[in-house]
Amino acid sequence: MTQNLDQLNLNQWAVISQFKGGDKVHQRMTQHGIYPGDKVRITRAAPLDGPFLVEVSGREIIIGRSLAHKILVEAE
Amino acid sequence: MRIALIGRPNCGKSTLFNQVAGYKAETGNFHGTTVTYTESKVRVLGEVVDLVDLPGTYVLGGSNPAEKVSHDYLGDHPVDVIINVIDATFLAQSLELTLELLRLDKPVLLAMNMMDEVARLGIKLDGPALEKELGVRIVPVVASKGRGIKALFLEAKRAAEQGILQPRFDDFQDDPYSRHKAALQLSQRFAVQGQRTLSWRDRLDDIFLHPAYGYVALAGVLLLFFQAVYGVGQLIEPPLLALFDSLITNLNTYIDTGNLLGVLLNGVLQGVMAGFAIVLPYLFPFLLGLGFLEDVGYLPRIAFLMDSLMHRIGLHGKAIVPFILGYGCNVPAIMSTRTLEDSRERFIAAALSTLVPCAARLVVVFGLVAFYLGPLYAFGLYLLNLFIIALTGRILTRLLPENTPGMILEMPPYRIPTLRAVANKAWFRIREFIVEAWPTLIFGSAALGLLVFFDIAKYFNWMVRPITWLLDLPAEVGVPLIFGVLRKELSLIMLGQALGNNDYSAVLSNAQLFTFTVFVVFFVPCVATLVMLKRELGSRQMVWVTLITIIIAMGAGLAARIFGLLL
Repeated sequence: MTQNLDQLNLNQWAVISQFKGGDKVHQRMTQHGIYPGDKVRITRAAPLDGPFLVEVSGREIIIGRSLAHKILVEAE
Repeated sequence: MRIALIGRPNCGKSTLFNQVAGYKAETGNFHGTTVTYTESKVRVLGEVVDLVDLPGTYVLGGSNPAEKVSHDYLGDHPVDVIINVIDATFLAQSLELTLELLRLDKPVLLAMNMMDEVARLGIKLDGPALEKELGVRIVPVVASKGRGIKALFLEAKRAAEQGILQPRFDDFQDDPYSRHKAALQLSQRFAVQGQRTLSWRDRLDDIFLHPAYGYVALAGVLLLFFQAVYGVGQLIEPPLLALFDSLITNLNTYIDTGNLLGVLLNGVLQGVMAGFAIVLPYLFPFLLGLGFLEDVGYLPRIAFLMDSLMHRIGLHGKAIVPFILGYGCNVPAIMSTRTLEDSRERFIAAALSTLVPCAARLVVVFGLVAFYLGPLYAFGLYLLNLFIIALTGRILTRLLPENTPGMILEMPPYRIPTLRAVANKAWFRIREFIVEAWPTLIFGSAALGLLVFFDIAKYFNWMVRPITWLLDLPAEVGVPLIFGVLRKELSLIMLGQALGNNDYSAVLSNAQLFTFTVFVVFFVPCVATLVMLKRELGSRQMVWVTLITIIIAMGAGLAARIFGLLL
């Protein structure tokens, strides 16, 4: 099932299927070494609509909620 | 010969650079410490070579101005050999850039850094096989401890002399996605993730990033930091001040302060004393503490916790880095706004950073408010400062339409800072004070002596009389306020001379001391900051920032005056 990254449960693994929001978002993600096909999960969430801490191939990356919403994933 | 260091953000390029060149490049355990390149001539096995430390980049065609530096440098400068610094704990991501570098027609070798971490994490790395596959030399190093550096440069020299000898790994298409896939496959083939043991470092974030305890810990860390700076400063300042005061009183019996030479000499002495007794006692513990927080990797944690709050002032969490650097000095803070992608965001972050009380203003706050009114008032002033920064951010956000793309920032693992790195960094920054600021202090102090001697100070005082009158301050503080634009410490140091008494409480009421300090904290940033603003944002935006600070300083000063009535 396709959903947005920000809709995943904590620690639920998923695979990135695509980025929404045009070239800019795509570029920002790939510049940080994150590509469709990568396995991700949310390990922590900051309170008050703060950002997520996302695990991608062993690394931890802080991703803001609005950006996380633009990442489409397939939950496992 | 020219050797370039290149790699992902936070892979230890600057640490490696400093091991060879002495402490010349700022380091810290977060992304984007280095935003411009640093060049140095270093001796490698009897030969002098140019070594350059480039800002971290994930790909050569990066989007923020700091990443572009690396790309442009390789295009514009004759580089004989590229040392690609690899964070061996994140092999796959590091190799993406490596593959891009392999296609350049230049000798490349890999410095496989953080090999001690690799061992700790139980990763098995087959270096020789990877070396064979890539067709470039790989040298294992631990940059923070200086291990493997000599071998690395020996190999770098050899690579530069021999040129490209063997065919390199070429089994990938030249686009980011293919490189990503190829790098991943390489890392799966040559690195095996062993049994990982959870350590205290993994548990630490359970507290520091906790939705509730995280903030308690943050407040605790900042309060402890503040207390430590104050405690150390209080230990050193009074005895030093007493020593210098008696020294100057003794000297004054020999110097006739009625003539020009005596006035100048007295001014110089006051300036020297101020540096020793008033500035260094607070600056030194502050910079040590800041260096420790930077190196341990706490700053990105603050970014994570504060992101939602930062959104309310029109920024995202990544902009917390300029803020925190700003507590040391506004100049590097403004430089570090280069790591932000959006130009609107760079302006807001730079404008707000200039409101952050830097170490120089810390000296004024501690020397006046903490010293005469007590540390609680100083802490209160810092809270007021935060509140005003937030308010200004809100207003700027309203005025400038938002287009924040959302935060993305890598979270580095905790690292135990080496004492040497922290001490070197503090010394690097203190040296800047000694070389650049101290002479200005001495000069300013002597100049003030002249102003008073020739009786021209009053013209300066008249110039800012409207301000000082509104804030209920004596006219004589005009000159210290104006000179404060040269160096913020001058506002404190010249105050004694201007008022003719080194015990400020004898000439100013507590309310006046507080108002004066509040005004100094927000008033026009120092010349060095203005120059940096002009360089990073252009003259127009520099003028805007200056205007904003004057308005805020007046507003805050008036509020402080009203508050002062209650003191």
